[in-house]
Amino acid sequence: MTVELSHYLILAAILFSISIAGIVINRKNIIILLMSIELMLLAVNLNFIAFSHYLNDLAGQVFVFFILTVAAAEAAIGLAILVVLFRNKQSINVEDISEMKG
Amino acid sequence: MIETIIFYVFAFSTVVSATAVVTVRNPVHAALFLVLTFFTSAIIWMTLEAEFLAISLVLVYVGAVMVLFLFVVMMLDINIARLREGFVKYLPLGIVVALIMLGLMLNVVTSDIFSSTAMLEPVAKGADYSNTKALGSVLYTEHVFAFELAAVILLVAIVAAISLTMRKRTNTKYQVPSEQTQVRKADRLRIVKMPADGE
Repeated sequence: MTVELSHYLILAAILFSISIAGIVINRKNIIILLMSIELMLLAVNLNFIAFSHYLNDLAGQVFVFFILTVAAAEAAIGLAILVVLFRNKQSINVEDISEMKG
Repeated sequence: MIETIIFYVFAFSTVVSATAVVTVRNPVHAALFLVLTFFTSAIIWMTLEAEFLAISLVLVYVGAVMVLFLFVVMMLDINIARLREGFVKYLPLGIVVALIMLGLMLNVVTSDIFSSTAMLEPVAKGADYSNTKALGSVLYTEHVFAFELAAVILLVAIVAAISLTMRKRTNTKYQVPSEQTQVRKADRLRIVKMPADGE
């Protein structure tokens, strides 16, 4: 019994579904929402690396490298926005952010 | 055989800690469980011969991004009870959505094109193979433009994060070097003529 490609793909699918569920059930808490997005990116990266290994092609790993870069930038800017938001409203509840609803 | 055991142990702990990330009460615990998820997936990446990315996942994510998360979570004084409102209400919907997506994805990934007969296990690379060297040689030749773009994105992120969070305080005293260097003797010093004392 060996580990096949589909095992890694199933693991990535489970991780992705968990983070989808996390976004739905924690819709009040921006911090957990950001963490769920990080989990989603991790699941996608796992798919890329599994395919890169089984197809013997390094392009998948290069892609993961760039996804990691962009995700780090996204986390930094997202948390900066969160800090500014908390400074202005003393809250990070999604329901309190409704100035632009028109 | 040992690879199978390693895969199942770490896949199981990845799934358990990922579930904990989205369900625990305390955001600090959620961030720490996310760190555990990153660690276990780094080990799975290592079994897939992506050593450089596994190590950079630990260094960049656990070392930088998650520390930033923890810093923000601990700095903000959050009312957890209010944020947890609606958790039970949305739980069934979340589980249903997740199960539907999982079912659709499993339908695709368990099909014959990804089976062990179609996708053969590649031959393991020898001890003289360096993943970092191979990745670097394609990164600096084929993908050099994207690599430069990634550097620009990081620079933009630094500038954006700093300019978003920086604020001028009104009650702090600053030095203004340009005014300090332009000061003349006449502005500061006044010579007073007066008669000598004690005669």
